[in-house]
Amino acid sequence: MTIAASKHEFDRLWNGAEELAVLTFNLNGETFAIEAIVVQEILDLLPETSVPGSQAFVGSVINFRGKVIPLADIRLAFGMEATKPTIDSRIVVIELDLGGEPTLIGIRTDRVYEVTTLSRSASEPPPSVGMRWRADYIDCLVKRDGEFIILPNLNAIFNSRGERGGSAAANSEGR
Amino acid sequence: MTTLDPIQVFRTEAAELFEQIEGGLLDLLHDLSNQDQIDAVFRGLHTLKGSGAMFGFEALAAFTHHCETAFDRVRKGEVPASAELVACVLAAQDHMKALVDRPNGDHAEEGDRLLAELQAAVGGQGGIGTVVTPPLAASAPAKAENAATTWKLSFRLPSNAMANGTNPLGLLDELRELGTCEIKADVSKVPGLNQIEPADLYVSWQVTLTTEQPRSAIDDVFIFVMDEMELQIEQQSSPTPAAGIKATDTPTAPAAEKTVTEPPAKAEASPAAVAETKNGKAAENVRVPAERLDELMDRVGELVIAQSRLSQLAGSSVDIQLRAVSEDVERLSGELRDTMMVLRMVPVTQLFSRFRRLVHDLARETGKMIELEFEGETTEVDKTVIERLADPLVHLVRNSIDHGLELPDERIAAGKDRAGRVLLSARQAGGEVIITIKDDGRGINRERVRAKAEASGLVQPGQQLMDQELLQLIFQPGFSTAAQVTNLSGRGVGMDVVKKTVEALRGVIDIRSEPGRGSEISLRIPLTLAIIDGLLVRVGSGNYVIPLSAVEECLELSLEEDLRSRGRSFISLRDSLVPYLRLRDLFRTGTAPDRYQKVVVISTGDERVGLVVDQIIGDHQTVIKSMSKLHHDVVTFSGATILGDGSVALILDVMHLINVGQQQEAQLRAAG
Repeated sequence: MTIAASKHEFDRLWNGAEELAVLTFNLNGETFAIEAIVVQEILDLLPETSVPGSQAFVGSVINFRGKVIPLADIRLAFGMEATKPTIDSRIVVIELDLGGEPTLIGIRTDRVYEVTTLSRSASEPPPSVGMRWRADYIDCLVKRDGEFIILPNLNAIFNSRGERGGSAAANSEGR
Repeated sequence: MTTLDPIQVFRTEAAELFEQIEGGLLDLLHDLSNQDQIDAVFRGLHTLKGSGAMFGFEALAAFTHHCETAFDRVRKGEVPASAELVACVLAAQDHMKALVDRPNGDHAEEGDRLLAELQAAVGGQGGIGTVVTPPLAASAPAKAENAATTWKLSFRLPSNAMANGTNPLGLLDELRELGTCEIKADVSKVPGLNQIEPADLYVSWQVTLTTEQPRSAIDDVFIFVMDEMELQIEQQSSPTPAAGIKATDTPTAPAAEKTVTEPPAKAEASPAAVAETKNGKAAENVRVPAERLDELMDRVGELVIAQSRLSQLAGSSVDIQLRAVSEDVERLSGELRDTMMVLRMVPVTQLFSRFRRLVHDLARETGKMIELEFEGETTEVDKTVIERLADPLVHLVRNSIDHGLELPDERIAAGKDRAGRVLLSARQAGGEVIITIKDDGRGINRERVRAKAEASGLVQPGQQLMDQELLQLIFQPGFSTAAQVTNLSGRGVGMDVVKKTVEALRGVIDIRSEPGRGSEISLRIPLTLAIIDGLLVRVGSGNYVIPLSAVEECLELSLEEDLRSRGRSFISLRDSLVPYLRLRDLFRTGTAPDRYQKVVVISTGDERVGLVVDQIIGDHQTVIKSMSKLHHDVVTFSGATILGDGSVALILDVMHLINVGQQQEAQLRAAG
């Protein structure tokens, strides 16, 4: 990913505004944030049905209000380990545009913190070196209270997987 | 509630009228003297003209007027209906469609050309015709030599006639054109001023008409209002001498009641928005946007799920009353679902009728004689399925005609009828509808298919192919055996689209073909896309649904057999070997097999595959939910469904599993 391209993603996210409302949550000890506007609902864990033959990253489906939606584990996209669910585990349901179709996706989280606002002045595009995650999966990093909040680029994560099949998942699992 | 765009309303109405006109015209081709069809076409054209003018489609109204005039002459017997005329009006109808779709486009040139053709078709015939009747207007002065009859008419229009666009004065003018009239208005029903509704019609008329025109001419005047009015026609006296007519003709003979004398108006003033008289039942239908039906369908689907949860709860409860309510809800939701399914069903006639035009045009283009026949048109199929099937069927019918049917001379040489037959049939079989396109042409040339497939690298030279496999090659992308690319087919696009569309509908294509005798292509499509009957099975810890329409039988796989067949995954079923797949292995459940495993034998057509499952739970009405894009790479499943306890079960894609099974079989054969 070139610096220009990441700059573009960065600008798209902030869209000229100084502040961004997000939902923050914990994945394997790291704090992530998703734009609040795409979040539909936060659910307790539900019975899951695994889909044999699918990519590990979207290995199961759940019943969300009569709809069957995929349950994604973005930890796998970032090469993290999939840990056992705890009492704090939640599913965050987001709506994302996948190839022109608005799609509901459940995202597994270890713990949901809060809805908050991040300020642009404290944010920066992902560094191109010195990071163990794929730079194009991250929109930006925001510094707050001495730690970094990661804003993942959900479009990049889900769209690349929709098109390229299992290769990306295999890569991240391999690391 | 949204207000409907009147233009859109007119377009919908026009589409129906076009269908009616086209249907009438094509029926007319079979029986050129069928007066009912001639009338139907005339009425359709007339209504189209009237509504067109009302909604501001002036060009359409003007153009349609000429066609209507032409058909009016046919209707009156002045010109015989001919195939040329029908073809001409069909072409004109396409032009009218263009006028409806793009009222502001430049259509003048095309319109003039069509009108010239129309003139030729009608005028040419009129010249030689023996029954040349002078135009109506000219016939008003009675001819002495014609036997004139005096009729006494009394008619009353419904009180809302004027609100509906009927102009009574226009009717009277038309009567006046038939002969000498003495018209008396009966105003006895007119209420006092304080009770009068300005838009209502209170007047009825009594007319004494002396004319040499037949009785049917009088009926024709009222043709558009006939259904709703009271009309009495009595023949008053036998032929009156011409002199007698002259005497009564004097308009200066006002009777006690008021005589209506109005300047004669042209025929256009006659009823514009007349109710379609023949299909009176059309009023009982309600047009509903398809998406509302879909929404309703979703709700019903969710209700069915909620209901099965309720009945599970009630089943484990001791509360008698709760159980009773639960049973009621179960029955009601079942009925609701059935009703809902029927709502979406439409007869395949809708699909088939559009082929009459296609075949008519194709016959003209190719110079082949084609008889198109239908069977089972009343078979009902989900509307979505019908819409999605239209294009594939067009391709198939075109292919049948273009590749299959021979020219008349070739057919005679082959000892067949001059006219080739194409049969479109539909029938329901279980949860599927089978649509067949059958022709009696030359059949599929297997050598050419093979040569072509080898040339394009689809099969290796000398590779063994089963007959069905060979025939299915015609559905490969870019495959065409047509030596020449014709206007109709032969570009090699289309057939693969057919296959894709049918597969997207979870359907299957079967081909049968006998050289020299014809081919038969059958599409087997599930009746509905939304709900299927499924067999619920358990594999490891997961539940799966197998579409019941594909299930042939279930049997037990004994432990011994299971062990014995480690090397070969076959069971023998009534002397034939059926390959089977262990779903536990396929899904990598990592669980130990149940002691009593079951084999569910599924089939499509002739191919059978057994699926080894741990447990058969039972049958299950399944509301199909599609899977998201993220799971499009998983081909084993065609969708998912929600079970009574709220958990999700995946629906197995039978076609895919059979392919996997067949591949396994082929590998084993090759190895053995």
